[in-house]
Amino acid sequence: MKILYFAWLREKVGVAQEELTVPAQVRTVGDLALWLGQRSAGHAAAFANAKLVRCAINQEFAGVETPIAGAAEIAFFPPVTGG
Amino acid sequence: MRRVLVQAQAFDPGAELARLGDAATGGIASFIGIVRVGHSEARRVRALVLEHYPGMTEKALEKLAEEAQARWVLTGCTVIHRMGRLLPGEAIVFVAAASAHRGAALQAVGFLIDGLKTNAPFWKAEEFEDGTREWVAARAEDEDAASAWKV
Repeated sequence: MKILYFAWLREKVGVAQEELTVPAQVRTVGDLALWLGQRSAGHAAAFANAKLVRCAINQEFAGVETPIAGAAEIAFFPPVTGG
Repeated sequence: MRRVLVQAQAFDPGAELARLGDAATGGIASFIGIVRVGHSEARRVRALVLEHYPGMTEKALEKLAEEAQARWVLTGCTVIHRMGRLLPGEAIVFVAAASAHRGAALQAVGFLIDGLKTNAPFWKAEEFEDGTREWVAARAEDEDAASAWKV
């Protein structure tokens, strides 16, 4: 599964993307955020405040409860600030 | 006509408006966002750096423009958003809608710019005169403005 990071999440994690094999018990976006948060000190800092983290599955916004099964690309990023 | 662009280079608002005008169009409404220097004298903004999610951004903007065309009878609709490093005074975003009637054009522009603020994956970082850089935090008002349209 391809995981992408943007803006300050990318800076805290230290990479823009990583290819990971996610364990079967990690079922939802929320589960994945918790699991990723344990990967390194950088990941922990990026995912420390769940309220500031948004997600997209296959380039569509996804909520915390959204299942991740079958997803090719999952992105984590701060609330958007365009315009 | 639907025109959606994400680009680093500047756009020409006059040329964009001209594209939307034809005999079927009664009027064109538009909004242009400009990079501000900021409020604080001590920390003036030197530049704005825009990051986005290539692929998802284009899809999100297309979807928003499509939605505007489904809600209002428009003869055309344009959304252009810039990315990369922009200086104060530069235009960052352009939204325009053309219709036989002003109401539809004006409302569609409001919908597009409010929707864009919360639905398109862009992130701004402010670069200050003192050399420091900070990510801009999202504003709750933007969320409220977008939800008023039930996007």
